[in-house]
Amino acid sequence: METLKKMFKNNIRQYGMIIALVVIMIFFQIITGGLLLEPINITNLILQNSYILVLAIGMVLVIITGHIDLSVGSVAAFVGAVAAIMMVDMQLHPVIAVIVSLIVGGLIGAWQGFWVAYVRIPAFIVTLAGMLLFRGLTMIVLEGQSIAPFPGGFQKLSSGFIPDFGNTGTNLIAILAGIIFTVIFLINELRERKAHKKYNFDVLPSGLFLLKLVLIAAVINAFTFMLASYAGLPNILILLLVLIIIYSFVMNKTVMGRHIYALGGNEKAAALSGVKTKKVTFWVFVNMGVMAAISGLIFAARLNAATPRAGTNFELDAIAASFIGGASATGGIGTVFGAIIGGLVMGVLNNGMSLVGLGIDWQQGIKGLVLLAAVAFDIYNKKKGSAA
Amino acid sequence: MSEYILEMRNITKAFPGVKALDQVNLKVREGEIHSLCGENGAGKSTLMKVLSGVYPYGTYEGDILFKGSVCEFKNIKQSEDLGIVIIHQELALIPYLSIAENIYLGNERAEKGIMNWNETMMGAKELLDKVGLSENPNTQVGSIGVGKQQLVEIAKALSKKVKLLILDEPTAALNEDDSENLLALMLEFKKQGISCILISHKLNEVSKVSDSITILRDGQTIETLDMRGGEVNEDRIIRGMVGRDLTNRYPERSPRIGEVILEVKDWTVYHELQAGRKVIDNVSMNIRRGEIVGIAGLMGSGRTELAMSIFGRAYGRNITGTLRKDGREIRNQSINEAIENGFAYVTEDRKEYGLILMDDIKRNISLTGLSKLAKKMVIDDREEILVAEDMRKKLKIKTPNILQKTGNLSGGNQQKVVLSKWIYAEPDILILDEPTRGIDVGAKYEIYAIINQLADEGKAVLVISSELPEILGICDRIYVMSAGRMTGEVGREQASQETLMRYMTKNGGA
Repeated sequence: METLKKMFKNNIRQYGMIIALVVIMIFFQIITGGLLLEPINITNLILQNSYILVLAIGMVLVIITGHIDLSVGSVAAFVGAVAAIMMVDMQLHPVIAVIVSLIVGGLIGAWQGFWVAYVRIPAFIVTLAGMLLFRGLTMIVLEGQSIAPFPGGFQKLSSGFIPDFGNTGTNLIAILAGIIFTVIFLINELRERKAHKKYNFDVLPSGLFLLKLVLIAAVINAFTFMLASYAGLPNILILLLVLIIIYSFVMNKTVMGRHIYALGGNEKAAALSGVKTKKVTFWVFVNMGVMAAISGLIFAARLNAATPRAGTNFELDAIAASFIGGASATGGIGTVFGAIIGGLVMGVLNNGMSLVGLGIDWQQGIKGLVLLAAVAFDIYNKKKGSAA
Repeated sequence: MSEYILEMRNITKAFPGVKALDQVNLKVREGEIHSLCGENGAGKSTLMKVLSGVYPYGTYEGDILFKGSVCEFKNIKQSEDLGIVIIHQELALIPYLSIAENIYLGNERAEKGIMNWNETMMGAKELLDKVGLSENPNTQVGSIGVGKQQLVEIAKALSKKVKLLILDEPTAALNEDDSENLLALMLEFKKQGISCILISHKLNEVSKVSDSITILRDGQTIETLDMRGGEVNEDRIIRGMVGRDLTNRYPERSPRIGEVILEVKDWTVYHELQAGRKVIDNVSMNIRRGEIVGIAGLMGSGRTELAMSIFGRAYGRNITGTLRKDGREIRNQSINEAIENGFAYVTEDRKEYGLILMDDIKRNISLTGLSKLAKKMVIDDREEILVAEDMRKKLKIKTPNILQKTGNLSGGNQQKVVLSKWIYAEPDILILDEPTRGIDVGAKYEIYAIINQLADEGKAVLVISSELPEILGICDRIYVMSAGRMTGEVGREQASQETLMRYMTKNGGA
C-alpha cells in the first residue's frame, strides 16, 4: 500500500501535465458536445498549432540553458517575408527558397548567440532587441504590405497530406503508421524496462506498466484512426514527429544534449568539467534561429501570405508551452516532450474556447491563468517531493 | 531561575522514512560556550533548526525550555525576539548593501517607515566596535573579506539583543588569523554573559574554547563532556563522534615516487579584474609521478589561483611562464586542453563549481568523460550505468542508487562523486583544492585512502589545504605560499606546523 502510494505520488509528478491535458480535453469534449474530438477538428488542431510546437522545441532548449528568446515571433515573421520575396517576387524554386530561409534563420540565431554567449549580455535584453529589430526589418522588406500567394508546392508544407494508396474511404497509410509506431514504442518500452530491472532501478509494478502500455497504444491508434477518417496524415505532422524524435534523442542520448543540461544546471561547474559553455550557448541560439525559420515558413505557407504582423506573440506561446511542460526558469530542467505537451495544452485551450465561442479577450485571460496554475502546480509538487 | 539558559528535552524529529533526531537532549548553561559535535548527518543542523523555529512547534516532539519557560516557536522571528540568533555557514548578507544596512536588515532604525540614517550609522559603528571591526559602516559588504563579513553577521546578531548565539561552522571559510580573532571574540562575549552554541568540525578550536561539548551521532545524544577539567582531548571527542577509536587519522602509505611529471616555471598571473595586480608572482614548482605534494598557505595567498591558472587558465589574466609535462612543453590554453593533457582539478567549492546539484550521481560522474562513453556523439547509457556503479562501489558512495540527485547527498558523498568524475577522466595530474572541507572525520579518512591509491597508481597529486595537520599527514613534500610567492619547500620529515606557519606568514601572509 505504502509503495503504491509512493508510486502514485512520483508518477503524478511525471505525468501531471499529461493528466491535465486529458482533463482539459474531456472538459471541452463535453461542453462542445463532442466537437473537439471530431476527426476534422483533430486535424485542425495539428495544423493550427504546428508552428508553435516547432518553436517550443527550440525554446525549451534555450530555457534549459537558463536563457530565454523573446525574438522568435519577429524572426519567424522576417523569415516568412524573406521567403515570400524569394518565391513570389523573385520566382525562385521553393526548395532553394526554403534552404536559404533556414540559413537566414541560422544566421539570425548566430547573431543573437554571439551577443549572449561571447559578450555575455543577458538573453532577455539581446532577444528583446531582436524582437524589435526583426519586426522592424520585416516591415521594411515587406514595405508594409502583404505578399501573396505562394506557389502551390510550398503551400503543401502546411496544408498537404501524405497521399494514400488504394481507394477505401479511410486512409490506410495513417492506420498503418499508427500500428508501426505502436510496435516500435512497445519494443522500446520493454527494452528500457529490462535494462532498468537489471540495474535495480525503480520500475513501475507490472500491472501499472501494462496499463500504461495499453493506454498509450490505444491513444496512438485512436489518434491515427481519427486522422484516417478525415484526410490522412498531414505533412506537417510528419515533420513535427521527426523533429520531436530527433530533439528528444539529442537531448537524452548525445554528448551535446548532456552538455546543454549541465550548462543550465550549473554553468561554472560545467565549464570546469570541460564543457565548452560559450560554444554550447551559441549553438543553442543558432538552433533556435533555425527553428524560428521553420516556424515562420509553416505559418506563411498556412496563411498563404507573408504579412508584417505575422508571428505576433508566438514567443509568448512557445515560452508558456515550455514552462507548462515542466521546464525550470532557472535552467537545467525541461524536456522536449514536456514542451510539446505544454504546447498542446495551450492549443487545446485555444481551440476549445473558440469552438465554444469565447472571444479573444477571454481566451487570453484564461490562458494566462492556466500558465500560472501549471507552474504553481509544478512548484508545489517539487516542494512536496523534496520534503519527502 | 535555573542554571541552564536552554534545555532541549527529548527532541524527536522525523522525516518520512527517517528519524533525524531521536530523543535528543541538550542543556546549555548560562554564559558558557557549548559545542555541538558530530559527523555530517548526525543531526546538528536539524536540532538547531528545531531550536530556531525553522521547523515550527508541532512538527517535532519534545520540549524547548529557554530561561526556564517552555517555548513554542512558530517561526524564526519568535526565537529571535527572545534573543536566540543563528549565524549560518553560508552567510546571509547582501553584498550590494552597506555594512550598516546589513546589520539592521529586517530590524531597521526607522520611524513610520522612514529610515533614521543617523541612528543607523551610529548604532552600526558601536556594534562594529564591539566585534572589533574597524570598517566604515558605509562600506559595501561585498567589498570586504569573508572574515570581516563573518564579524558583520555577528554585529547583526548583537543588534538583536542576542542572549544565545549559535554559530554554524563559523571558521570553515576563514584563515587561521581570522579564526583566531573569532574565537577570541566568542570568549569575550562569554565574559559579557552571552551564551554560545558552536558547531564545528575543527576539533582543535572546539577543545580550545568550549566549556562543554555535546556529541550527537545518528540523531541521538551520545554524551555531554565537561571541558573545564581539561582531561578531554581531541581523540576522546573523535571517539565519541565515530563510536570507535580512530587511532590513525591518516592511512599508512609507502610512497613509490617516480620521474618528474609536471614542471611549472616562472609562473606569473595577474588578477582577473584589477589590472596590474599580481596574484601569482614568479612561482616555480614540480611534482613527480606517485607523489603527493601539498600547497600550504593562508587564504588569499594564491593557492587556488595558482591551481586554476594551471588548469587551463580557468583563472587570471596575462599569464606568463612555462609548463612542462614529462619534459615536453604544454600550453593548457583552455580547460579542455588541460583535460586532454591529463589534468584534473577538484574545486574547493563543490556545490558552486564541482557538481550539478539538480542532476543525479550518474550524470555528474560521466560529465567530464562523456566522450569516452560516446560513439559518434551518442552516449552508451548501459556503459554509463556500469561506470557509475563501479565508481559507487570503489569509492563507497553511500546512496540507495546512482539515480539520486547529488544535491541530496552529504558533503563527504558529494566529494566522492566529484572525485569519481575526475578519476573516470583518467588524469595523470590531480589538483585537489581543499579536498576534505566540511567533511566528517570518517569520510575524511576514506578520501585520504582514495588520494593514496591514486598516487600508488602512479598519478601525481597536488593537495591544497588550509588544515596543516592534513597537509602534514598525507603529503610527501610541501610547498608553502605567501602573498602569491613560493616562500618555502619542505620534505615530509622536516615539516612541522611551526615551520609551515613561519613560511606562510613570510612577507605578510595573505
